[in-house]
Amino acid sequence: MEAAAALPQWRANLAAIAALMARAKNELLRVPGAAIPGVLAPTIFFLGLNGVFGALTDLRGFSTGSYESFVVPVSMLQGAGFTGAAAGVNLARDMEQGWVDRLLVSPTPRWVLLAGNVLAASARALIPAAFVLTVGLLLGASWPGLAGLLIAFFMVCAMAAVAACWGSMLALRFKSQSAAPLMQAGTMAVILTTTAYAPLALLQPWMKSVAEVNPVTEVVEAARQGFVGSVTWAETWPGVVALLALLALLGALALREMRRTAR
Amino acid sequence: MSDLAVNARVVRGLGMRSLRQTLRRPQLMAPILVFPTLLLAIQTGGAGGAVDLPGFPPVQSFLQFMLAGAMMQSLMLAGNSGGIALAVDIEMGFTDRLFAAPIPRYAIVLGRLAGTAALGFLAALWFLAIGLVFGAEIHSGVPGALIAIALVTATAMAVGGIGAAIALRTGSASVVQGLFPLVLVLLFLSSAFFPNDLMIQPARTIAEYNPLSFIVEGIRDPIISGISASELLDAVLAIAGIVALGLLLSARALRHRLRVG
Repeated sequence: MEAAAALPQWRANLAAIAALMARAKNELLRVPGAAIPGVLAPTIFFLGLNGVFGALTDLRGFSTGSYESFVVPVSMLQGAGFTGAAAGVNLARDMEQGWVDRLLVSPTPRWVLLAGNVLAASARALIPAAFVLTVGLLLGASWPGLAGLLIAFFMVCAMAAVAACWGSMLALRFKSQSAAPLMQAGTMAVILTTTAYAPLALLQPWMKSVAEVNPVTEVVEAARQGFVGSVTWAETWPGVVALLALLALLGALALREMRRTAR
Repeated sequence: MSDLAVNARVVRGLGMRSLRQTLRRPQLMAPILVFPTLLLAIQTGGAGGAVDLPGFPPVQSFLQFMLAGAMMQSLMLAGNSGGIALAVDIEMGFTDRLFAAPIPRYAIVLGRLAGTAALGFLAALWFLAIGLVFGAEIHSGVPGALIAIALVTATAMAVGGIGAAIALRTGSASVVQGLFPLVLVLLFLSSAFFPNDLMIQPARTIAEYNPLSFIVEGIRDPIISGISASELLDAVLAIAGIVALGLLLSARALRHRLRVG
């Protein structure tokens, strides 16, 4: 603590974020089984959607002949959503066990506490994404190219951060793991009410209307571009803007809940 | 009061407790109603164009086709939730108190299954109501709806038997909860969400022999077309098979639980 007190503020903040991320990493290393559902769920969805809805590519107007390529980025984002929601559940557990109270009486800024949880989720989301991608490539999904791959993984990390902000906000609001279904259902709904199953033109009218206003549609399209075609800046920037906007909004709301909890 | 009447009261009491337990906990209720409803909406909106595929059975809408799949998902998760709740009872010692009570052992399991069947019944009503509200017709009318409700209720009880057996054998809620992904796998590898003939291999071949496919077709048939005796018989036989398996596994697991404590 003395060493930390001697550090400049920004370095102390970084050290606190790193410590919180290390704690999340330790949880993963000490209970590896806890990561299995987060990896299995998007993989099962990928295999299931591909086996069940693969024939949709026969519809006139479908943008690719490979449903594996079309769906694999969606499942990677789903993995990010599950991981982010799990960060919220873990925070709720920490609140129930009194760990968060101990953090809140420390002199660490609130945003640092939130950032540690959110960045840990971002890093953790790489595991299910890499697993689903490997399964997808083995089953015949197209190689997205280096640029497409980097963009897809960037979208995954940022989506996990957004989902972690959402989960943290609910955890801080309800202070109970009972809110877990709300965290998971929220991320699942926002990712799947996009062009997840089919291109925009082939969605049912109501779903098309929802997908058009859902900012995550831009994220899905940006993550998918390398798998179904070429990578362009025009397809990328809307996804980046959507994620930054969501991160700013949900991050601010989560921070507000944390300040309210501290009061 | 006769023994049978006393046992029926025990089963009813435990069944009501099981139902209340689920209705009071959002984390148990969400997988049974919220997730299948959400997935029904998303799949209907996202993959609704599938009805234009050559070979898709004649249906009024994709929602009409999907109702049976949503009910199936819901009842499978109800069976899983029932198993989790029973395992929690074992972990907390409640089941030990029931074992010490002067009631037959089978009533303990049957009470839990009665609660699961009630949840299946509610799920069937919920999804039929959703279908009707959003414009899906029940092609066979009231008799068809009653058949669908009866099949969903019976299947919930049958699947609950397997969940109860695993709970009794392991006594661990986390083990039963760990079966959740398996439930999804079994569903995806059946004709719950798409016509069997249009699925991609190897899912198509597996779905052809998956007993859940027979049940889901039995539930779907009166909704999208007429009541067919052969589809109904296949569904009843598949349910009977799952009931037999559940009974066998539950009886063995119960003996094991009484032996090891």
